Amino acid sequence: MGTTILLPPELLRMVFTAVVVIALVFLNSLILGYVERKLAGRFQLRPGPMEVGPHGILQLMADAVKLLGKQFIIPQAANSPLFRLAPLLAFVPVGASFIVVPLSQKLQVRDLDVGLVFIVAVMALNMVATLIAGWASNNKYSLFGAMRSVAQSVAYEIPLLLSLVAVVLMTHTFNMQEIVLSQDNIWHVVQQPVAFLIYFIAGMAETHRAPFDLPEAESELTAGFHTEFSGIRFSFFFLAEYTNMFFVGSIAVVLFLGGWHGPQLPFMDYSAAVWFLLKVYSLLLVMIWVRWTFPRVRFDQLLNFCWKYLTPIALVNLLVTAVVVKL
Amino acid sequence: MTTNPDNQQQSFFLNMGPQHPSTHGVLRVLLEMDGEYVRDAEPVIGYGHRMQEKLGESRTWKGFMPYSARLDYVGALPCSHGFIGLIERMTGIEAPPRAEYIRVITSELNRIASHLLWLGAFLLDLGAFTPIMYTFDDREQVLDILEDVTGSRLTYCYFRVGGVSRDIDEPFVEKTRAFIQRLRSRFKLYDDLVTGNIIFIKRVQDIVQFTPDMAMRYGVTGPILRSTGIRYDIRKNEPYSVYPEFDFEIPVGETGDCLEVYRVRLREMEQSLRIIEQALDRLPQGPVLAKTPRQLKLPQGDASFAVETARGELSYYLISDGGETPYRLKIRTPSFSNLSPLSELCRNVLLSDLVMVLGTLDLVIPEIDR
Amino acid sequence: MKQYFSLLFIGTKSLLVGLGVTFRALLSPAVTVHYPRQKIAITPNFRGHTLLVKDRSTGRHRCIACMMCERNCPSNCITVVGEKPEGATKKALTAYSLDFTRCSLCGICVECCPTQALDFSDEYELAAFSREAYHYNLLEQVEKTA
Repeated sequence: MGTTILLPPELLRMVFTAVVVIALVFLNSLILGYVERKLAGRFQLRPGPMEVGPHGILQLMADAVKLLGKQFIIPQAANSPLFRLAPLLAFVPVGASFIVVPLSQKLQVRDLDVGLVFIVAVMALNMVATLIAGWASNNKYSLFGAMRSVAQSVAYEIPLLLSLVAVVLMTHTFNMQEIVLSQDNIWHVVQQPVAFLIYFIAGMAETHRAPFDLPEAESELTAGFHTEFSGIRFSFFFLAEYTNMFFVGSIAVVLFLGGWHGPQLPFMDYSAAVWFLLKVYSLLLVMIWVRWTFPRVRFDQLLNFCWKYLTPIALVNLLVTAVVVKL
Repeated sequence: MTTNPDNQQQSFFLNMGPQHPSTHGVLRVLLEMDGEYVRDAEPVIGYGHRMQEKLGESRTWKGFMPYSARLDYVGALPCSHGFIGLIERMTGIEAPPRAEYIRVITSELNRIASHLLWLGAFLLDLGAFTPIMYTFDDREQVLDILEDVTGSRLTYCYFRVGGVSRDIDEPFVEKTRAFIQRLRSRFKLYDDLVTGNIIFIKRVQDIVQFTPDMAMRYGVTGPILRSTGIRYDIRKNEPYSVYPEFDFEIPVGETGDCLEVYRVRLREMEQSLRIIEQALDRLPQGPVLAKTPRQLKLPQGDASFAVETARGELSYYLISDGGETPYRLKIRTPSFSNLSPLSELCRNVLLSDLVMVLGTLDLVIPEIDR
Repeated sequence: MKQYFSLLFIGTKSLLVGLGVTFRALLSPAVTVHYPRQKIAITPNFRGHTLLVKDRSTGRHRCIACMMCERNCPSNCITVVGEKPEGATKKALTAYSLDFTRCSLCGICVECCPTQALDFSDEYELAAFSREAYHYNLLEQVEKTA
């Protein structure tokens, strides 16, 4: 077979992947958005959304339709091209990250050798989108949100990566599939509980979840960096946030919680995705639980916590891991 | 930034409000900022002005009665109590003892409701979304009890010159006792969820300092004054109604920071429960409304009456020239005085701290503007 | 150094205690009712807008058009019109209108009424598209009620 015949299937595969990934992004946001609102309700002794559909399961659909129908407002003083670009920029890395997530042994778009590096790098792009959104809005509150976001992301990237490197030292690979396979007998969370905790906390900060939701800080900055965004542009940030949560959960599951490993199911090569998703969503439930319990930390406290607690502990953990692995 | 001699160039102004989630109404704070640091905070008031004092002059005292509850709509009954007390002082009418007891019980219930709302809103300012739902759960119980006797849930017009408009009954007493039990058991929950929480403590402790000197200069009253260690409460210092008959403490703090204000308010709720409990035990029998002349005119002269509302000292001063309407009605509201030290307090704090301090002040905006 | 770790320990413990509180809330039933579908019983003492009471013995309202409520109303929201019919000695009520947009629900009109002709309704679900919807004609209302 010549290359001319090979191209179309490859193209088809790309299109198919793109469609599936975007569908997954929306589906994940719908599910997480609903679960979050429902759980928030239950934590607050109220039933949560109840009106649209049985137990309100279609509430997020209704919200999406509402957002689609809203007018795009671009403030006169805003930097219009950047203002239009920012929501897209928040959205793009989100789709890209899906490429390396190993839902099961076979359900993975591309098994990159540097999968872990790729996903962490792409996720960090989200910060740029936040910065541009805040900057282009030409609103002081938005700018505060953007500045906080950058400082927060830069600071928390360090303990996050340090905790991931601890696992990489043990597995000797950045390949997501191989990391999962290395946990055949024992999950890394048992060997690396400290790294897992640090990763989880830093991950929450990376995704701007409460108590680290400073870039949005409703009671201080009205809505932070997305104050000026309306309609579908606003919903892009919303999608990006929930999808980022999913990736933070995915990385945690791949590196610490055994990926798609679980009790045997028929067609394990594909159906193991059930275990993977189950683990990811359990982690996300904990993140939601934390969000609806604690007050927000202050900006300097956030950075202090990072530099005084997370980073040194992560470094010590890494050092100990390195020594143990060497022995 | 300190290396730049021309520091003026670095600062910029930020309008916080009149529409902002944490100004709790239409307060505007003009902030001079340097990055995230607040260099100066100037409250700009007047967005919720309703000419309460002028209304007092243009209507008969009876016509102003419903408005007195609209001063501080979160804790309306103590405000009404002040106005009714003023009219009673001027006309020499005395309410029967049962009515006075009922006034104390309902006022204290209202104080608790106000503090509960503050607790929730304060934590909302700090970014905790859940506690306000728990405090609302408790507050709804108070409102249900009060609705049953007063007929409304927020802006009560319950007190009358010479008594109260409706007597309380046995179910009211039972429900109130049940509520006392309930709230006492709930304090543990608030301690677990809030008081002990490390994030909460780090956010409020030692950020700004209310000093006795500052409080005196600005006329700060209420829990904020008491948190600096000054034991001043109208219910003890200038007793009105039947408050001297009850055994209760005035909680005072030491350090005067926001955590201390928080603690003082929580302890005040406990003391209010004590007062209500004693009043229910000793509730005298008898009428609840004294006979008053149908057309009651204010005699020539002046009088003042002060009460302790949930926010501090609220006092009315009325001058009558013997005519239909008062010549002048002056209302001193606690929120106005409590807001005044904001500029001095919030120098070189972070924006988040300013929001926290505004939450601590427990402002009711229409009360500031009256 | 000791303080560093004790703070870490105390802080973590306090956070876990807080999580416990919300977790218990998660397991306990909701305290709210699903409002338009479920309603809680309203107290009989509730003060809605005022009503003319129907006297059971006569089947008519008790208002004698003495104007006490109109004069005592702090918000000037009551208009009472009474006329002496030909040959009658007493005034009869011909119109009683309440401008509920101005009413402050103080209850003074109910208290000062010499014949107890007024009472509060238990209407609390109020929404309309115009102000005029709240200009109630109480006389018409009382005549309509069975």
